[in-house]
Amino acid sequence: MTPLATLAAPSTLAAYSTSTGEAVQFWILGTVAVIGALCTVFMRRAVHSALSLAGTMIVLAVFYLANGAYFLGIVQVVVYTGAIMMLFLFVVMLVGVTAADSLKETVKGQRWLALLCGVGFGVLLLGGIGNASLTEFDGLGEANAGGNVQGLASLIFTKYVFAFEITGALLITAAVGAMVLTHRERTERALTQRELSEQRVREGKHLPPLPAPGVYARHNAVDIAGLLPDGTPSELTVNRTLRERGQIRDVSREAIGDLKALEQRSEERLERTRSGEGTQ
Amino acid sequence: MENLIALLIAAPLLGAAVLLCGGRRLDAVGHWIGTALAAASFVIGVLLFADMLGRAADHRAVTQHLFSWIPVAGFQADVTFRLDQLSMTFVLLITGVGSLIHLYSVGYMEHDERKRRFFGYLNLFLAAMLLLVLADNYLLLYVGWEGVGLASYLLIGFWQHKPSAATAAKKAFLVNRVGDMGLSIAIMLMFTTFGTFAFTPVLGGVDGASQGQLTAIALMLLLAACGKSAQVPLQSWLGDAMEGPTPVSALIHAATMVTAGVYLIVRSGAIFNAAPDAQLAVTVVGAVTLLFGAIVGCAKDDIKKALAGSTMSQIGYMVLAAGLGPIGYAFAIMHLVTHGFFKAGLFLGAGSVMHGMNDEVDMRRYGGLRKYMPVTFVTFGLGYLAIIGFPGLSGFFSKDKIIEAAFAKGGTEGWILGGAALLGAALTAYYMTRVMLMTFFGEERWREKPTASPAEPDVEPAAEERGEHAEPHPHESPSVMTIPMIVLAFGSVFAGAFFGVGNRFLHWLEPVTGHEEGNSPVSAAAVTAATLVLLVVGAGLAWLQYGRRPVPATAPRGSLLTRAARRDLLQDDFNHVVLVRGGEHLTRSLVYVDHTLVDGVVNGSAASVGGLSGRLRRLQNGYARSYAVSMFGGAAVLIALTLLMRAV
Amino acid sequence: MNPVNYLYLAALLFTIGATGVLIRRNAIVLFMCIELMLNACNLAFVTFSRMHGNLDGQIIAFFTMVVAAAEVVVGLAIIVSLFRSRHSASVDDASLMKL
Repeated sequence: MTPLATLAAPSTLAAYSTSTGEAVQFWILGTVAVIGALCTVFMRRAVHSALSLAGTMIVLAVFYLANGAYFLGIVQVVVYTGAIMMLFLFVVMLVGVTAADSLKETVKGQRWLALLCGVGFGVLLLGGIGNASLTEFDGLGEANAGGNVQGLASLIFTKYVFAFEITGALLITAAVGAMVLTHRERTERALTQRELSEQRVREGKHLPPLPAPGVYARHNAVDIAGLLPDGTPSELTVNRTLRERGQIRDVSREAIGDLKALEQRSEERLERTRSGEGTQ
Repeated sequence: MENLIALLIAAPLLGAAVLLCGGRRLDAVGHWIGTALAAASFVIGVLLFADMLGRAADHRAVTQHLFSWIPVAGFQADVTFRLDQLSMTFVLLITGVGSLIHLYSVGYMEHDERKRRFFGYLNLFLAAMLLLVLADNYLLLYVGWEGVGLASYLLIGFWQHKPSAATAAKKAFLVNRVGDMGLSIAIMLMFTTFGTFAFTPVLGGVDGASQGQLTAIALMLLLAACGKSAQVPLQSWLGDAMEGPTPVSALIHAATMVTAGVYLIVRSGAIFNAAPDAQLAVTVVGAVTLLFGAIVGCAKDDIKKALAGSTMSQIGYMVLAAGLGPIGYAFAIMHLVTHGFFKAGLFLGAGSVMHGMNDEVDMRRYGGLRKYMPVTFVTFGLGYLAIIGFPGLSGFFSKDKIIEAAFAKGGTEGWILGGAALLGAALTAYYMTRVMLMTFFGEERWREKPTASPAEPDVEPAAEERGEHAEPHPHESPSVMTIPMIVLAFGSVFAGAFFGVGNRFLHWLEPVTGHEEGNSPVSAAAVTAATLVLLVVGAGLAWLQYGRRPVPATAPRGSLLTRAARRDLLQDDFNHVVLVRGGEHLTRSLVYVDHTLVDGVVNGSAASVGGLSGRLRRLQNGYARSYAVSMFGGAAVLIALTLLMRAV
Repeated sequence: MNPVNYLYLAALLFTIGATGVLIRRNAIVLFMCIELMLNACNLAFVTFSRMHGNLDGQIIAFFTMVVAAAEVVVGLAIIVSLFRSRHSASVDDASLMKL
């Protein structure tokens, strides 16, 4: 049974058929899922890939719910999308959100091979599924009779209890392993403030410690540089990420203009007063 | 009495062992030991002969089984000796002439410091030749065959310090090897055809074999005979073999070894009788060689080489006679025996002349020696008369019989063969008369200083080569040398009559070889008359050329034929171009095949493996993603296969 | 509509994820594509559980999720530590094992 034939005449060939609502839901959300997957693969920025993957996972959660896996659907949203994808996003931030993949492919012929393999594999899978006799869909009405969670629980703690226990141990190991892998031992003692300033004197760098945030601030926006006493903006006052992106707004001109206006105003007022006193 | 047969061989073999292993202490008596053992062998031979004569004609063959040599299932080779009339004749010839030559060598090799080894080799030769003629099966005959080849090599190259002698020995051995190959192939064929090597079953079982098999065996035997007996096409070694000392030339290359081929053919008569094509080949070889040798002998100035050409020609007569079948076997052997007498005598005489002329071999440096060497002159002269077929002497009887038998073959063959034989007789008379005149008559050319001949740059004045410019003083040889010559001259004169009268020899050999009378278109008397006429013509021409006019001291340029004959009728050149160059081409092409094809295949497969691996290694580029591609591709292939299997 | 279509969708998502693994160089995005593949498998399991009428498929999908979580934790930890030493998140940097 080819998939196309199945799709063409569903009523005659399928032994089980879903409701129209589910069909509409499938087609719309299925398209969304596929688009999300494609965006995951083809987006240049890692953040965009992560977000589109999250979207695909939510769609999949809806599908789980539609297929009678209520517990699993909720778990998909909470654990997979909520925890795992956020983990991904944290790491993307850590690693460098600015780093964008260049489009140039380094390995020769990789793109074509990947495309070929992908298409071939896809055809195989689709062909394989089409070949299988998948006519009878019993549905989960009976299985979910006592409630989906209860049904799952009764299976987990009887038939699959061993796997459950081991998976628990695995989780603990994973957590410990993550800690171990990312732990950095200090190889040398942290420098004291005195030693840091001595170092700065020796190097001839910026001598006093950097001012606390907000000292030079003229504005409460993150991307506006603070002004130094002579009116020039100090880049040090802006976050390094924004600095590298070049997203600093320079309002020094306005500030100087404001200052000038203020001085003029004050001069005028003082002049008037002097002149007023002069006339008196 | 049969036990004495092994003793015949054992005596000279013992002598060889003693002399060759004995060391320098035997130097003083070595030559006498060798001669004594050779003579002892002769005495035993005479005893056996007397015993044989006492028996009836068809009971004369005796065998002695010594031991079983190679007893393997299906392959039986024994050391068994057979003494019948044919081998008895050879035994007497070999030991008799051999003993005389041993005696002669005592005088000839007197001043040679290695003469002990010389006598050891001579004894070795006697033992091997006796083994050859006494063997009762072809395999043992082959052992003797190889043995005489070895002895010949050792004796030709006896003067090892001379490069020409060493080369001549090698050449003789190599050319003989070709013939030996023929004999070994014949033996192998015999084994596959008859399953045995012994004479009696092989020669008696000829009726059971096919014509093709018999012709093949016979042709191979002919090839062997050509090698050993210096017949065309394997005759190039005989002239060079004259590098050896003269007793060697007399014994081996005149009387005995070179006749081994004739023995082989006559012994295998039954096989040849059943293969007429091979017999034809034998007669052709014989006829061609007798003319070839005669022509070569006419042009040689070296006395030994002239006699070598004569030997080649006379053996050609014997082979011709043997090829005629039962009408000629006995005459071949008769001529073999008489030839043994007069040729050995001629060679010993030549050695005596050389001995007296400071080892000079160029006849153009001789002349008028009859005054100085009377005994030599007389014995040589008697041998000369015998060989040309002077009426009454031995050659007259034996050679005439062969010519008659050639005509008796009948048909065109008979005319051609008979005509060739007659022509050969004329040529024999010519060149032998030439030798006689140049050596013993005419001016004493040895009194002049030697000069290089413009016509023969390859024949240097021998005396100059040896650094002797002094005038030779020809003198007669000591009696230890002249006595054998006299005995042989005696044989040259009377042996023929002894054999020929009453067909005594024929009847003696008949039980072994068989005999038939052919149909001759010409009578015996006509043949004899023609022979005599041609004899006179040949001798007369030689006298006109060399007797009446003074012989030039340097060889004149001569006609094309003369020049070709001086170069052995271009045999060596032919061998060189065809065999040597051909062999070189063959080996070069084989080397080429080996280099390009065989090595090419090997190297090419190695290179292709290397190239393939060079390509394949680029798969390992270190990038995890390309490995991921191969994994993914592999998974896809596996799934495809699984689906395919399930579908099928 | 035949619920088999869910399987087709799962196969499609899986293929897209696999191709993404082969194409992308950034280690994190690569990891995300692997997660996509795992999710597609989960969808297939859930669909099969619906087909067979028992909850075993869902159990397996549940365990897959748990294991995926553990895997993500460890994998991201590795990526972070790699990044700390190399200051680059490209997967092509580990290319020394070549001929």
